[in-house]
Amino acid sequence: MFHVFLAESRKLRRPTLLYSTMLMVAGISALFTALLYLLINSRDGNGRRGASISALTLSRSNGLVSGFTSTVTLLGIVALCIFAAQTAQEYTFGTLRNLLVRQPSRMKILLGKYLSMAFFALVMDFLSLIVSVGLSYALAGHAHVSTSAWSSAAGLHALVQGFGNVFIATIGFGTLGMILGLLLRSPISSIAIGVIWVLIIESLLSAVIKNADRWLPGALIGAVGNGGDVGLSYSRSLGLSILYLLAGSAVVAYLFKRRDVAN
Amino acid sequence: MNSLAISVSHLTKVYGERSAVSQASFDVPMGTVCGFVGPNGSGKTTTIRMLLGLISPTEGTGSVLGESITHPERYLPRVGAMIEGPAFYPALSGAENLKVLADLGGYPIARVQGLLEQVGLGDRGGGKFKTYSLGMKQRLGIAAALLPQPKLLILDEPTNGLDPSGIQEVRELLKELAADGTTVFVSSHLLSELEMISEYLVMLRLGKVAFSGKTHELLSAQQPILVARPEYEIDLGRVVEIARMSGHEVSIVEGAANILAPSSWAAALNRLAFESGVTLASLTSVLPTLEETFFEMTSEAVSDVDFGGNK
Repeated sequence: MFHVFLAESRKLRRPTLLYSTMLMVAGISALFTALLYLLINSRDGNGRRGASISALTLSRSNGLVSGFTSTVTLLGIVALCIFAAQTAQEYTFGTLRNLLVRQPSRMKILLGKYLSMAFFALVMDFLSLIVSVGLSYALAGHAHVSTSAWSSAAGLHALVQGFGNVFIATIGFGTLGMILGLLLRSPISSIAIGVIWVLIIESLLSAVIKNADRWLPGALIGAVGNGGDVGLSYSRSLGLSILYLLAGSAVVAYLFKRRDVAN
Repeated sequence: MNSLAISVSHLTKVYGERSAVSQASFDVPMGTVCGFVGPNGSGKTTTIRMLLGLISPTEGTGSVLGESITHPERYLPRVGAMIEGPAFYPALSGAENLKVLADLGGYPIARVQGLLEQVGLGDRGGGKFKTYSLGMKQRLGIAAALLPQPKLLILDEPTNGLDPSGIQEVRELLKELAADGTTVFVSSHLLSELEMISEYLVMLRLGKVAFSGKTHELLSAQQPILVARPEYEIDLGRVVEIARMSGHEVSIVEGAANILAPSSWAAALNRLAFESGVTLASLTSVLPTLEETFFEMTSEAVSDVDFGGNK
């Protein structure tokens, strides 16, 4: 499995993928964090869904991580796309047969790829955290936000907890992408369906069906990243997300193990 | 030690109502070059995929390097393969693509440059795969197959897209590998090439094994052809008539009469032609080539298949 991890890492390290993804992640983090501080007195709000997050709120011990956690859905979408593309492209390029000749254990291939992409997501999240934290300190003075609580023990705890939650959520979205990649065996189809589902269909369903977001996978994984959401406790979000992803993973792992590689 | 590199018995693969491979049984001795031939759609690639554990047989058994094909993990580390053309990541360089496979198989990365040089890509390894010509892609595929320093090399159409000198290089490479004890199982549409390098032959027709054995046994079992070329082309009809009157099948090919007859009949033909006033400029006895034998043996199948290499 370690060999598969190394092989997958070599593919993920290719400059066009690595630099463009990291640049995009840094840009998203910088944008979301900057808007949080620069629009602090805006009547249209400075947080998710038009919410207003005051200077007082940002001055609390968990204020430092607010900019970072607000990027969770977009970081998740990036992870979904990468996991889906890296998995499905083995079918479209016909490279799966090479992988299976060199590593016949299909479960090792899946797990090695998964761990390698999870590591990529970890680096991505860490970069996002660094950009967001750096910018938060840089803009705190401009927004009249006190930073003294950020460096307290409670502040550090909130930072670690926030990072952990965002990482779990990113991996959750990535797993969703990998499931779609294995099911559909086409990068374009799996990315399109995944992104449309998470960003559009779930929003529509939530708007027309009361409490739908309590059951929708994208909303639940997003809530994990935010440490829980309005009407969605953290434990429920985490439990249901794990349940959905385990069920999906079991189905695709079975198919991957049993299916003939005929292309 | 097992003397067979590949041994399959009643191997069958059925997709829905269609049998891709039906009751195929053949052996490939260790250390030989074995040609694997058959028209498109005859089941060659399906058989190779079953040998490599990529698809499961519907029926039958098989072994590769003495291990059952139900446990490919036991023999694949000693097998190199290129199936249905080279498949690599377009955005990675040739060298990086090989390094991915080296990582995967746990082989030393240092082996990559040597392999690139061996297949004539020493100075192009840094170029992206998507910029490679078909011939270069094919060479990279062969390099990837050689990565594990295999005891058994399985190549599906390795000379597709190569120019004549490239084809010759591959032929020499396969001969060298066989001389070093590597078993080579190679499918190709270039039957003249296979005839030059293959000691053994497995011929598939409509998913069934039409022949398996030594190449020279197949060719020597065929009836020889007497090629009679009269001094004047106008006399060709007379030569054809003599052959037919003596009960032999005959066809005209490029100004000569090709007569299905043993070489012992050559003297009689020469005498009969002389008595009819025909002077033969040349009279030779030849064995059919592998290509002619192949077409003869698969003649019922060739009408609806394509031999141009299109899959």
